[in-house]
Amino acid sequence: MGDYSSEVISNIDRDYIANFLDTGKRIDGRAFDEARHTEIELDVVAAKAEGSALVHLGDTSVIAGVKVLLGDPYADSPDKGVMMVTAELPPLASPLFELGPPKEPAIELARVVDRGVRESEMIDTSKLCIEPGKKVYMVFADVYPLDYDGNLIDASSLAVAAALLTAKFDEYKWEDGKAVPTGKKLDLPIRNSAVEVTISRIGRHLVMDPSLKEEMVQDCRLTMAVDKSDKLRAMQKGGGSGPLTMDEIETAMTMAIDRAQDLHKLIDETIKARKKK
Amino acid sequence: MSPETKPDFLINPEGLRIDGRRTDEMRPIELKVGVLKQADGSASIRQGNTYILAAVYGPRELHPRHLTINDRAYLRCVYRMATFSVPDRKRPAPSRREREISMVIANALKPALFLEDYPRAVVDVFIQVIQADGGTRCAAINAASLALADAGIPMKTLVPAVAVGKAEGKLLVDLGDEEDKYGGGDVPMAMLGTTGEITLLQQDGSFAKEELVEAMGMGVTAMKYILELQKEALKSAYTKKVAVEGEELDEYEDDLETDLGEAEIAGEEDE
Repeated sequence: MGDYSSEVISNIDRDYIANFLDTGKRIDGRAFDEARHTEIELDVVAAKAEGSALVHLGDTSVIAGVKVLLGDPYADSPDKGVMMVTAELPPLASPLFELGPPKEPAIELARVVDRGVRESEMIDTSKLCIEPGKKVYMVFADVYPLDYDGNLIDASSLAVAAALLTAKFDEYKWEDGKAVPTGKKLDLPIRNSAVEVTISRIGRHLVMDPSLKEEMVQDCRLTMAVDKSDKLRAMQKGGGSGPLTMDEIETAMTMAIDRAQDLHKLIDETIKARKKK
Repeated sequence: MSPETKPDFLINPEGLRIDGRRTDEMRPIELKVGVLKQADGSASIRQGNTYILAAVYGPRELHPRHLTINDRAYLRCVYRMATFSVPDRKRPAPSRREREISMVIANALKPALFLEDYPRAVVDVFIQVIQADGGTRCAAINAASLALADAGIPMKTLVPAVAVGKAEGKLLVDLGDEEDKYGGGDVPMAMLGTTGEITLLQQDGSFAKEELVEAMGMGVTAMKYILELQKEALKSAYTKKVAVEGEELDEYEDDLETDLGEAEIAGEEDE
């Protein structure tokens, strides 16, 4: 229930969460390096979207849908397709979200998730070209949070990855100066896969996968995109201006790499289970 | 992407529709109440391939303040479609169509609510279309009215809604996407569950008067059926929650189940 009316949290709650961490405990009983229960549902928009996934991260849930359209290539990359992630923070998902055009948090969410996909070179955009300089495929992965209980970045990144990995789209070929459908369905040209993991710093403690209450008291967060070979492909320090020490950053990286391995496994298993169906 | 083409016929020689339904048959409807945790009230609806979520927040303080109504709450409905809910990607900014539909949905729901209980406040109804396959404004009303009940907003009745229409000279109930696009007319309607008064009525296409009256009659029959589904969804959401707490309540649950499908209990959902 929406029992708070703004991003303000009482000093009592703030002290409680911080002091509890000093005794080695988190408010929901998780270990510091423990993420919430994570689940992926595939093909939730099977009839209209080329790929889709619904991710539950504890009480946070996010839906991502992939659309593949034909479009004109950018002038500086005439033989490359386009891959883009967008996000909204719809007021449906939380009493903290307001109506109106996307504000900073929504823009940051979209850009951080986009960077994870882009920098890991997940999609090989050179294979998304139909006719150089004329027509390319444009892949949009759009993120809609449905329930916001903290850590939208990780949930969104996982949903986008799962939706992209399972997307199927119509093939087109170039004939007599226009793109015509061949009637075949293609998978996206997947080259890599990265998921994002967020670690939050509260006081001098680092916690994995912050819940909403933890996000409200955090000094800052560090998000890392980790690919299948444990390489860090993108980072973002945000969620407050609190500084991080070098040691903290190193610890956070180790935590993120461990968690990313679990997430990659979860994606693989979910896709495998889908194929059996 | 998937270029949509006009089907060769909307009604086949056997008199069945493009998805195999009879002319007066609805698509399968699945209603769920309490699907979102952050919202004060929520509901989802799957009607064929149409999939919509509705969340209700409030009554709460109204921002921006100039919208305040001094003698009752402001009912703010926002109908939005996800970019991936339609064959082509919808542009993310709100369209004129979305704004108009938001308004007619608010008007359809308002007569069912005791908004005068909450002067100067706002009741927010946020509707997110996840997948659109025809009849989204009616499906949205079906879900929104459940979400309002789930939020505990005082209501006179639930509001069921359905679209009726015409294709190839035959009157149809619960139009699918192709029937809406290529058919001969679309009449979305909503009504108050208790009185049967109509709170949403729009029309396009071409109908003779008798034809339209007959179509609307079919709509009313369909809405009575939807009303029962709504009551059922609301009850099952709350009986489940109660049953967890103690087994002695099982008897109560059984009572409710035997009530299902009986039309005379209209208005009971207010209790």
